Amino acid sequence: MSSEALSTVLFLLFVAATLGITFWASRQTKTAADYYAGGRSFSGAQNGLAIGGDYMSAASFLGIAGLIALYGYDGFLYSIGFLVAWLVALLLVAELMRNSGKFTMADVLAFRMSPRPVRTAAGVSTITVSIFYLLAQMVGAGALVGLLLGIEGPAAKAWTIVAVGILMIVYVVVGGMKGTTWVQIVKAVLLMGGATLVTLLVLGKYGFNLSSLMGEAAAQSSNPTTYTGGGGRYATEAQGLAGKLDLISLGLALVLGTAGLPHILIRFYTVPTAKDARKSVLWGIGIIGTFYLLTLVLGFGAAALVGSKTIAAQDAAGNTAAPQLAQAIGQAIFGEVGGTILLAIIAAVAFATILAVVAGLTLASSSSFAHDLYAHVFKRGDVTEKEEVLVARISAFVIGAVSIGLGILAQGQNVAFLVALAFAVAASGNLPAILYSLFWKRFNTAGAVAAIYGGLVSALVLVIFSPVVSGKATSLFPDANFAWFPLSNPGLVSIPIGFLAGWIGTKLSKEYNAAKYAEIEVRSLTGVGAEKAAEH
Amino acid sequence: MTAAFLVWYLLYVVLSGFARDFMGIKVLGNINVALIFGVLQFVSTFGIAWAYARHAEKKLDPIADEIRHEIEGRPE
Repeated sequence: MSSEALSTVLFLLFVAATLGITFWASRQTKTAADYYAGGRSFSGAQNGLAIGGDYMSAASFLGIAGLIALYGYDGFLYSIGFLVAWLVALLLVAELMRNSGKFTMADVLAFRMSPRPVRTAAGVSTITVSIFYLLAQMVGAGALVGLLLGIEGPAAKAWTIVAVGILMIVYVVVGGMKGTTWVQIVKAVLLMGGATLVTLLVLGKYGFNLSSLMGEAAAQSSNPTTYTGGGGRYATEAQGLAGKLDLISLGLALVLGTAGLPHILIRFYTVPTAKDARKSVLWGIGIIGTFYLLTLVLGFGAAALVGSKTIAAQDAAGNTAAPQLAQAIGQAIFGEVGGTILLAIIAAVAFATILAVVAGLTLASSSSFAHDLYAHVFKRGDVTEKEEVLVARISAFVIGAVSIGLGILAQGQNVAFLVALAFAVAASGNLPAILYSLFWKRFNTAGAVAAIYGGLVSALVLVIFSPVVSGKATSLFPDANFAWFPLSNPGLVSIPIGFLAGWIGTKLSKEYNAAKYAEIEVRSLTGVGAEKAAEH
Repeated sequence: MTAAFLVWYLLYVVLSGFARDFMGIKVLGNINVALIFGVLQFVSTFGIAWAYARHAEKKLDPIADEIRHEIEGRPE
């Protein structure tokens, strides 16, 4: 059996199992709390796994392994930002959100503000961030299948995007948060299992000597100096000061963006208490941290055993490094059959990884539309639970369909920047508003609206006028040049703008509700009046 | 505490961009300052998470629980 056939079979097994779980979950989904928050019945450990499953995307797994394989240290830098970011979530956001909100990020922001303008802004921001992220994943899915199953041509990739899209719609519409969470848990276990297996095999081959593995990897790379010291991909010498500032910008967006990502924030509502929210982030940090350490070995291993030339020949961005490594090490240790099996396993895990993340994104954006925009802004709260959940399911279908369409249209584009942009918007638009809401007494509606739109718009505008969109061979529009902003990541500028806009907006308005602030302070810190787990 | 780890992280990012020669110094075989510094970020992240968990359980939770019981009027 070819590895393509085997990995298709494995993937179909995963799909069958998760669809089974989804239908089981749907029978337990009766109330809005069930649909949006899984009945708040997940344990800290379960939610921690789900957080890992939600967060560790194909970009993390394949992208970072590929970056480390081709460029060495610069890839490692990337993963550190992704991990340290969780401390922001742990120390400042997770528990406080769980205590002061119900289903979405906007619940917390709207607590002491005038709800309609704030929910509108938060809804717009949530949907924007989620769609960027979702689109990147969909395009990635099409490209990935092409590489791993040897399928060529835009038509086949389009069908892949349709298949992924349909599955994700089913997970969300039928299973809601319960189903989606279990899909993420299963995926996390498979991903950690597969990555650990390959890591142990690679380390075994080098006698568990990281130094010699690294040396071999550097020797096989195109530039051993930058491989070990940095500067092969980010902040290259050729890019000069702009490159180094860009690196800092990227670093900031990563570390501050995670705690502002809507699909991550809604995870905190799926546990019974704030303490469980804390536990789940602790579990998440353990799992995600371990995973990124594993990708370090995977990246080095791929460089050492497969070689950067072979990797780049298969996919210039390095996305096939991990599967290629799986095949190489499987073959080296167990012969050709071993290589086929291991490659199939890693490929199937990569597909599962994409599915779990896109389901989470679809759920977050459709929940926000139904709960924030439809129920509270359009209907001003005059809507039954049943109606709201129905709207949530319909909007999940619509958002899914839109992202399928956009994904097919955007095929072949380099969309990695969409994820970086999503992080930048989350860090510039969402995080300032969340932090001010929870910690600044004077903060008011004008400030919240200014912070969200200020961060969102500045990030978007700066990216439009950056080298990402025009002016370089790799840009979205390579023939045009209107890139006056030199950095490819707007974070360094847009994040301070978000905080500043929030401050200015607040000061310009006379609104000041100290009593409401006192209330949210007590609620968020002690859990008084927090939404309890559903009784069944 | 939050400011501290953010500064520590940013120090790491800035050095990675601006102090390449320093980061390239080999320490243990091929393992250089850059890699050690990077792994230290992992270690510090785990450490801070663990320290926070202990602090919250010992110091913050009892106070929060007490206030909550007082306001909600019944033990859980």
